Amino acid sequence: MRLLGLYNYWIVVGLMMIGFYTMISRGNLVKKLVGLSVFQTSVMILYISMGKIFGGTAPILLEDGEHVVYTNPIPSVLILTAIVVGVATLAVGLALVVRIKEAYGTIEEDEIHEQDDVM
Amino acid sequence: MISENLPVLQVVVPLLMAPVAVLVRRPRWSWLVATAAAFWAFAVAVTLLSRVLAHGAIDYEIGGWPAPWGIAYRIDEVNAFVLVIVSTIAAVVLPYAKKSVEREVEEDRLPLFYTALTLCMTGLLGITVTGDVFNVFVFLEISSLSAYALIALGQDRRALTASYQYLIMGSIGATFIVIGIGLMYVMTGTLNMADLAQRLPGVAASRTIPVAFGFLAVGISLKLALFPLHLWLPNAYASAPSTVTAFIASTATKVAVYMLLRFFFTIFGAAFSFDVMHLDRILMPLALVAIITMSLSAIYQRNAKRLLAYSSVAQIGYMVLGISFASVFGVAAGILHLFNHALMKGALFMAMGCVMYRVGSTRVDAMSGLGRTMPFTMAAFVLGGFSLIGVPLTVGFISKWYLVRAALEQGMWPVAVVVLIGSLLAVIYVWKVVEVAYFRPAPEDHGIQEAPLAMLIPTWILVLANLWFGIDAKLTSGVAIRAAQTLLGVGR
Repeated sequence: MRLLGLYNYWIVVGLMMIGFYTMISRGNLVKKLVGLSVFQTSVMILYISMGKIFGGTAPILLEDGEHVVYTNPIPSVLILTAIVVGVATLAVGLALVVRIKEAYGTIEEDEIHEQDDVM
Repeated sequence: MISENLPVLQVVVPLLMAPVAVLVRRPRWSWLVATAAAFWAFAVAVTLLSRVLAHGAIDYEIGGWPAPWGIAYRIDEVNAFVLVIVSTIAAVVLPYAKKSVEREVEEDRLPLFYTALTLCMTGLLGITVTGDVFNVFVFLEISSLSAYALIALGQDRRALTASYQYLIMGSIGATFIVIGIGLMYVMTGTLNMADLAQRLPGVAASRTIPVAFGFLAVGISLKLALFPLHLWLPNAYASAPSTVTAFIASTATKVAVYMLLRFFFTIFGAAFSFDVMHLDRILMPLALVAIITMSLSAIYQRNAKRLLAYSSVAQIGYMVLGISFASVFGVAAGILHLFNHALMKGALFMAMGCVMYRVGSTRVDAMSGLGRTMPFTMAAFVLGGFSLIGVPLTVGFISKWYLVRAALEQGMWPVAVVVLIGSLLAVIYVWKVVEVAYFRPAPEDHGIQEAPLAMLIPTWILVLANLWFGIDAKLTSGVAIRAAQTLLGVGR
């Protein structure tokens, strides 16, 4: 049961490995980027789930001075930054793939290597 | 007012200059803006270093929010020194950039080029100046993303694949660093470096902190191109525009070395990193293997820029080797080599940029006879090469001297032997270029002239700095030893 109770971490580890494996095993440059995205997303879930408390709300100070149980906002805020970074990385990566396609006529890694070796 | 806020202005001014450089639209104006940003950064860095040396570390709170809640910048001997390195190289490379880039990058892309270069510098300065671990990640990505764009601007289509490869590996490295930071945050509830350093010992016995340590070690090693995680580096350096190679080769990996120092000495503490986690047992063998194998690989390269890139990986080995001793002398040797290597690789890659400008290629075969047709450029290369080898009266000698001394101090004479073998291998690969340039006749109708002064002068500034700090090393070695003492927490 204890292991199941940590299911958020299992999801994180699963996603992380899927992303990582995709990056290593696929020769298609777009698929590699998808793998990278999945990999980064798993880290986002890691951050957000560790700040979450069941029944926790937004960290608002109530007028009557009553205390509320709240979810730690800092991991979410940090991840907001990381999402922006992830989107930017993906955009740069895809832009590079477009230019690689223009220059080589293919986005398969091994075909690109073949063309470079001939030169 | 300005004087008090210098730590943040170091980063904010270049950050604001970057969009200005693209908005002015004219290549010439963008160049001026970028150069102004670099000079500003240089002036601030020198001021901060002299202030730190005179009065001790500077703490700065952004927006006046006190430390654990707001983002704090903390400048001590270590990062003040690295700031000076990064901004010096930027201030030398940018005047050089104008001519070189006009030849290598299409004109309509020039404003964007200068913007990316300014952003890259901003990111590197930011990593160095900040006292907040998540801030490190943000600046790391600013510098990396702009570096990917800069590398992709190379003329050869291989620049695109090199940049893509760097993007994938760099992003994995950065994500590993984020995981490490997240795990540290889970255990301590803080992101402030000083705060982390205080709270980590209390939770170090858990399993989470060693895992965080591992993720950070791998992530940072990827960024600093420690063997065997260096695969992105040779391609990226070889195909990027000459200016970009000169700038990135002498700053980006150095800042990654700084991150290594900061995370493992200041945050985790030398005692935890080296006595509990035994970081030295992995860093030292990898550094030694890097020195030998990468120097050997450099010998077999046919492109001079690629040759220098492999030599860079070997030189990173020297820095990491010094750090892995975890003694004052060893760490000082690492920091000293960080500065010295920036000077020598900057000079060498800038000389290669001059060759690229006139010859249009940096293949070793294409350089025959350049000793006569481009005497000043090749003389710069030879002196830079001497420095790389470690000939006395150059900075390279000072680094090697400290490294060997640190090795002997710990009774590890085989390590000292490896350092010397590395130098011998450097003789071979530097000679390879020198032989072609000086002892092979130039092709008949070459029409190759000396590189323009606007490029030669910055190159020679770095070459002369190589000699200056090689003869009078009091300033640099003094700062390096103080920085090492600060990192190890040893009183002076």
